[in-house]
Amino acid sequence: MTDVVIAGIGQTEVGEHWDIGLRDLAYAAIHDAIQDAGGLKPQSLFVGNMLAPNLSRQAHVGALIADYAGLNGIEAVTVEAAGASGGAALRQGYLAVASGFVDVALVVGVEKFTDKVGAGVDEALATTGDADYEAVQGMTPAAQAALLMKRYMHEYEVPADGFAGFALTAHAHGAGNKNAMFRKAIKPEVYAKAEMVGDPLNMFDMAPNADGAAALVLTRRELLPSSWANPLVKIAGSASSSDTLALHDRKDMLYFDTAQLSAGKAMKQVGLTLDGIDFFEYHDAFSIFAALQLEAVGFAIKGKGWKLAVDGSIGLKGSIPCVIMGGMKARGFPGGAAGVYQAVEAATQLRGQAGANQIKDARFGLIQSLGGPASTAVSHILQRLD
Amino acid sequence: MTTPQPSPTLLKPVKPVGIVGYGSYVPRFRLPAKEVARVWTGKTSGPPIKEKAVPGLDEDVITMSIEAARNAMMRAQIDPTELRAVWVGSESHPYAVKPTSTLVAEAIGAVPNTQAADWEFACKAGTEALVAAMGLVGSGMGHYAMAIGMDTAQGKPGDALEYTAGAGGGAYIVGPAEESLATINASYSFVTDTPDFWRREYQKYPEHGMRFTGEPAYFKHVSEAATHLMEASGTTAKDYKWAVFHQPNTKFPQRVAGQLGFSMDQIEPGLLVPIIGNTYAGAAMIGLTATLDIAQPGDRILVVSFGSGAGSDAFDITVTDKAPARQNLATKTREYIARRTEIDYATYVRFRGKLAMK
Repeated sequence: MTDVVIAGIGQTEVGEHWDIGLRDLAYAAIHDAIQDAGGLKPQSLFVGNMLAPNLSRQAHVGALIADYAGLNGIEAVTVEAAGASGGAALRQGYLAVASGFVDVALVVGVEKFTDKVGAGVDEALATTGDADYEAVQGMTPAAQAALLMKRYMHEYEVPADGFAGFALTAHAHGAGNKNAMFRKAIKPEVYAKAEMVGDPLNMFDMAPNADGAAALVLTRRELLPSSWANPLVKIAGSASSSDTLALHDRKDMLYFDTAQLSAGKAMKQVGLTLDGIDFFEYHDAFSIFAALQLEAVGFAIKGKGWKLAVDGSIGLKGSIPCVIMGGMKARGFPGGAAGVYQAVEAATQLRGQAGANQIKDARFGLIQSLGGPASTAVSHILQRLD
Repeated sequence: MTTPQPSPTLLKPVKPVGIVGYGSYVPRFRLPAKEVARVWTGKTSGPPIKEKAVPGLDEDVITMSIEAARNAMMRAQIDPTELRAVWVGSESHPYAVKPTSTLVAEAIGAVPNTQAADWEFACKAGTEALVAAMGLVGSGMGHYAMAIGMDTAQGKPGDALEYTAGAGGGAYIVGPAEESLATINASYSFVTDTPDFWRREYQKYPEHGMRFTGEPAYFKHVSEAATHLMEASGTTAKDYKWAVFHQPNTKFPQRVAGQLGFSMDQIEPGLLVPIIGNTYAGAAMIGLTATLDIAQPGDRILVVSFGSGAGSDAFDITVTDKAPARQNLATKTREYIARRTEIDYATYVRFRGKLAMK
């Protein structure tokens, strides 16, 4: 199969953009990505967005953004898979280009959390869980994560600050990302003193909801001139998997099946094993997710994922660098855009343009976008093309 | 100091004006923030202030304004019939129609040859009355004008703002600069349409935009007003002895002070929110009375209010040698604050009329 490559990337700063609307935010990223791609014109637009119909009172976001970006007439659709919307939109763009039916695909992730304030946002987020059996009982994503974390800490005897390393690592990496919401390293005391959200999950065990937009221009390698300005990054592996929404329907709620299945399929597609992966972008909407993803993908055995954050393994100089630009925790969690930010950051890393956060000789990056507690997992393996 | 930039947006009256008398009032009752937390969250840590002032059963913005006005009159030592305006700014005027100002004017003997009106702009209702008083006196329309900022703001039960919605305020008599204990060198107002906090008619409690009340509202307007006033006046933070900022909680004024180059010492005398709460339209006004209570001749003071909706009024003030003789002529702000009776949440609910009796 011919190579699907990332010809252009763009992203906005992640933060509280009170004064920038959904369409303007998306366009800012699109503009930069298309410029980065030398002006390539897309035939299809795939938008990753999870909550605009609720938060921004705006559905039909595909057509809206295509028109606003001056791409009137092209195919445009929104892809929704809760927090994995971005990864899922990327997969649709990849499939379109790989199939040969679409030459240039534009993938945009965008979210405007600040279009609503207060309890309405929690209510909107709760729609990503099982409405009839979880949300109606008052279950929110944070409550789900807290239950997972509590069970995990009980079964594996994790100490009270056992998860601190995830926040500390994320913030240390965020310091080197000018688009991150939080750009300062934090001290362990900050985690220890953090307010509880739902015992044992504290403020630093969950990523901040934020606004942001990120975009990618995908095409086939053969369609680009042989001398191309930016180092090319190929989407070498792509796979997606789904599971129950409700935690109580899981076989083992402390094992993210979808993380294992989708990462496994993507790696098989590339012919890659775990030690071939140079960095891993997990979906740290909650620190417990990071631990469970590390375990399911295979970087740690069950019950030991949290230790990789304690011993520095996930640091930029560690054995498996993670959240290389800050992750959800420090770069921020911009909803449906998150999965696209992962791809943009991974591409930046593989192009050798990550500055202070550059990993030497990075060739393969695994990015994994989750919806809910891995009710959806979309995994991609990005590869540097020399 | 740099060369002042001539600015048509600076508010300077034709005749120099100043503060001839000032006074404040704080009710005696105190509700500790940890008592609010006890009822609503069960947590003991993290309240935004220590305690707030609560008006008693027979107190309201009218009674409180009258006492503050009397204190201002005692310091000014003027004939009340020479007041050509009595203006009260508040978010909690007892009547929607029937001005607080007429009762205050009558109580202090300023009627009938006087202007009277109620002002409204969330927490800057008092300072805008002060700006207008500058204009009335500075244009020669009147010898003296009184501007009061006073509030008994309601906090919605269980809302974050319930910890801080306090009661209190200050009264100022504006007159000619040569008679003043502090001159008002200039004022500047910065206003935009920013819906951070509001209350519709017939609603008992206000609503707010949570995090939207921070950067896009309070910080933007306070910073712009302060920066513009200082640039147009050729000053920086170092040129002031004291600064008073609107204080919805302890952190906001501390943070904006730091951003503008002021030290915590400079804002300390006027930072009352930790012990009386956010007195809304009275906040910047009473922060200034507490500062004037201890200021020395020559001290320069920057005052910046903030009203949701949104806007800020900034004032550049210099204390004169007339101040020391007048400071002790009426009860000082810290003396009112020290007069303290602690109440519990149940008593507070009764006092504030939160129990539906029908």
